[in-house]
Amino acid sequence: MTTTESAPSTEYRVIGTNPVRPDGVDKVTGRAVYGADVRLPGMLYGKVLRSPHAHALVKRVDASKALALPGVHAVLTNADFPEPLEPVMQTVRGPQPTRWDTERILAGRKVLFRGHPVAAVCATDPHVAEDAAALIEVEYEVLQAVATLDDALAPDAPILHDDGLASLVDGLFDPVDGKPSNIARQFTLGFGDLEAGFAQADIVLERQYETAMYHQGYIEPHNATAVWNRDGKVTIWTSTQGAFGIRQNVARVLNLPLGDLRVIPAEIGGGFGAKNVVYLEPIAALLSRKTGRPVQLTMNRTEVLEATGPTSGTRSWIKVGATKEGKLLAADVRLEFEAGAYPGSPVAGGARCALGPYVVPNQRVVGLDVVLNRPKTAAYRAPGAPAGEFPVESILDELAEQLDIDPMELRLRNCTALGMPRSDGAVQGNIGAREVMQAVISHPHYRSETVGADIGRGVAMGFWQNGGGESSAYAMVHADGRVTLVTGSVDIGGQRAALAMQFAEAMGIAYEDINSLVGDTDTIGFTGNTGGSRTTFATGWAVYQAAMDVREQLEQRAARIWECAADEVAYDPSDAALHGPDGKVMTFKEAARRLPGTGGMIQGQADIVSTNVGKVGACFGAHIADVHVDRETGKVTVLRYTAVQDVGKAIHPAYVEGQIQGGAVQGIGMALNEEYVYDSNGRMLNASFLDYRMPVANDLPMIDTVLVEVPNPGHPYGVRGVGEVPIIPPLGAIANAIHDAIGVRVTSLPASPRVILELLDEQAGGA
Amino acid sequence: MQALKYARAASVDDAIRLLRDGGEAARVLAGGTDLIVQARERRREVHLLVDIKRLAETMVLAYHAPTPPDAPPGFYIYPGLEVGAAVPLYRVYGDPDVQRHYRALVEASHVIGGTAIQGRATLGGNLANASPAADSIPAMMALGGVARVVGAGGTREIPVAEFCTGPGRSALQPTEFIVSLYFPPPASRSGSAWERFIPRNEMDIAVVNAAAYLAFEGDTVSEARLALGAVAPTPLALPDVAAALVGRPLDDAAIDRASAAASAAARPISDMRGTEAQRRRLVGVLVGRVLRKAAARARGEEVPA
Repeated sequence: MTTTESAPSTEYRVIGTNPVRPDGVDKVTGRAVYGADVRLPGMLYGKVLRSPHAHALVKRVDASKALALPGVHAVLTNADFPEPLEPVMQTVRGPQPTRWDTERILAGRKVLFRGHPVAAVCATDPHVAEDAAALIEVEYEVLQAVATLDDALAPDAPILHDDGLASLVDGLFDPVDGKPSNIARQFTLGFGDLEAGFAQADIVLERQYETAMYHQGYIEPHNATAVWNRDGKVTIWTSTQGAFGIRQNVARVLNLPLGDLRVIPAEIGGGFGAKNVVYLEPIAALLSRKTGRPVQLTMNRTEVLEATGPTSGTRSWIKVGATKEGKLLAADVRLEFEAGAYPGSPVAGGARCALGPYVVPNQRVVGLDVVLNRPKTAAYRAPGAPAGEFPVESILDELAEQLDIDPMELRLRNCTALGMPRSDGAVQGNIGAREVMQAVISHPHYRSETVGADIGRGVAMGFWQNGGGESSAYAMVHADGRVTLVTGSVDIGGQRAALAMQFAEAMGIAYEDINSLVGDTDTIGFTGNTGGSRTTFATGWAVYQAAMDVREQLEQRAARIWECAADEVAYDPSDAALHGPDGKVMTFKEAARRLPGTGGMIQGQADIVSTNVGKVGACFGAHIADVHVDRETGKVTVLRYTAVQDVGKAIHPAYVEGQIQGGAVQGIGMALNEEYVYDSNGRMLNASFLDYRMPVANDLPMIDTVLVEVPNPGHPYGVRGVGEVPIIPPLGAIANAIHDAIGVRVTSLPASPRVILELLDEQAGGA
Repeated sequence: MQALKYARAASVDDAIRLLRDGGEAARVLAGGTDLIVQARERRREVHLLVDIKRLAETMVLAYHAPTPPDAPPGFYIYPGLEVGAAVPLYRVYGDPDVQRHYRALVEASHVIGGTAIQGRATLGGNLANASPAADSIPAMMALGGVARVVGAGGTREIPVAEFCTGPGRSALQPTEFIVSLYFPPPASRSGSAWERFIPRNEMDIAVVNAAAYLAFEGDTVSEARLALGAVAPTPLALPDVAAALVGRPLDDAAIDRASAAASAAARPISDMRGTEAQRRRLVGVLVGRVLRKAAARARGEEVPA
């Protein structure tokens, strides 16, 4: 059941309704073209040969047997990549030697994780390519694997990045005690006087927590199809959250001019942050250059799990001090995040968000980015925040218990608000944190009693700052009054609908009159990735501006027709009509019909950078979880679940609800059964969806949602990004519910049955 | 996936001939839900698939009640359940006679894969694949199942409890395959049950599974069979633990003794699905649960899966 908490509004006609998505029919009939559905004349199929070792030097690659196999066209190794023109590249997680990105895509000197590509082959069909890959001989010198954080931080740990390239970037792998280390970066956030804060506290708690490495678990594996034409122009079809990001990254490692590379985003079967990373695209492109034919590569599930974007395994330490009334005075947090084989964990995101929902006058948050022999981590829905906020939400539950204060009431007493500082020095804008907490306290679920043995309830908050950035849109008005709307935002969560709805609202026309499309890098202006909960906000702004451009051009056209000044004409979306002097009226449809004879068709467009047009609205959510714990088997069953979230203004409430439910389910997976299981040699033991245990539909109750609407003043319709926050609270909410049910504190996630049994044994032993 | 040939057997003898001519890399195809995946992932060398799905002998599904005492002289039908090796699971658990008399089989076959898999997967295939964690094998053991096997050397019967010899290994000789599975009719006051533990509610491989069959005379256990999965290199029958239940009432003390004995008899390993200690503990829990459930069913109580 969805409930929406805001004043009944009649100000919108389209916004707040739930129309059918434009891509719906194709998707339910199987006609949608995903990356692996692309078929080109003469296309070859590629296969990547991957390292069986987590850490090894590559001494020799011999492809002669593979090349001799009938049907094989080419083999690719790291030596086929050009030396990068720009030795250092910018990434979302800071600068990095460009050569490392080439090495990550196809290893040359050293493999740094099991599944690390060492060669690629293409052939007339995928089965031949598979046979050929098995014939490539690679000689390794196996090195000791750095399999865990402890291994990585040990004083005598093997050093992953010993090639000297780190010195190209300031502050990267600074020596520790004069020796090289696996700590890529370390930073400190915060303000106030920690010592004084703790000195004033009536109660001080100090705990350690861990979270496992988790995969995003998108259904569609990575894929890429490339054509390298003889004129030097390259086209790539791929499953991505952002065609422009892929273009930038591929161009950088292949030294291609941006104008020679066209990236076409296919339909996408899930990304959750990890489909902003380049894996197969440069390999497909170089194999196409070698063979003169289109080349397609598709990963299987094992490749996806072993070699693409998991999120960081983490370890954290936290100390909080509070008054006996539950007012937080000080918090000291240390987050250690596994980056995987190359620097760039989302520890900064975790550090920024950890204390986000609360006012803590004296605080310090330390973050460490540590490399080890696991796949390079990628963004995953609110990158870093689930692991960053779990320790805080857990220790606050314990604080509430010890002070005998209702856990949500304790949070309310410390709730952040407009103008309050965040850990990173930013200041909270117009936010709905308090409204969310109050909605929880008054919700029937929270007010009900839990009934039965070994059943408990937990709550937790989540905060994410959300993103903005650059977006483009254009809108072509057709003579029949229909409109084609093109944006650069890949649609992974119903954006085509949500963007068309904003355009329809701005124009006062019907949603059904708009054909909403996603452009590619040659057909639409620069647009950032669909990620960071930015699209409905930032691309929504672009769409709104494009509508304003259409309206202005229509006003000018009407002025010409009516032979008056343009400022005497005004477009009114409430009746979708132009109004001129002397009561003259021309509807949008009529104006469209007259365009061809009065100066030609018009097209509205906008390229916006969000910081120039409106402030991003940060987002808060709170979840209530009821669980049952089977004391005999350790199995935790989620009985009832309610997710409350400030959504700004829900453009398409059903899709907003879907985002919240989807995020909650992924967070519940992190809390209960998902985890990468490794052996001591860095080999993943559960690289399939059979044994990487994501929750499935019948593991869950229907997740109720409460959409609290505190409009973001930085957007014409009050939009806040909604997609990321809901993955954050489940970790704390489930762990707190388990404690309420059986009295044990889960400090290491996932709370799998084995962990619960061990905790129950400790409880029994200690009693 | 490597290239392979496919042949549809026209008769049982034809299948034997195809297997003999095809050599070691010829494999019998029933549902293919294990075999095709293994071939695709190159975990098993397969050059020839011999499809046995179109044979009357492998598609039979029939239950015959024991001949009534007042039947006319000379009237006798071999009693029990015959399930052809290629009968898909949805037909097994959907059959009213199976539902009435072989509840453990219904419970086990209902959770193997999802609906689509159950339209293809078979009991014969699950047994031939000989996975230590196979869901249906402990149920078949508890129900006294017997595999009817044919091959170039003729026909023979192998009790399910003796069929598996190691992970992925069985008593089948080259050219031999399972034609059908036979289960004796249950005693009049009897019940069976099967349970598994998985961290999720479906789409998972058992951390442990367990099955029980109990028959009573008055309050006394007259017949008992117990079996476990995922706790040894093969599914594990527990004849000694079961025998200790016979001849006395099934009270809490008897159940606790059986749970403890089963736990001790298990030989689990630690892997990514569970640790040795966790598995031993789960054996005790599940044995208690299936015994109670089977006993309740023997009393005529409706016990949901």
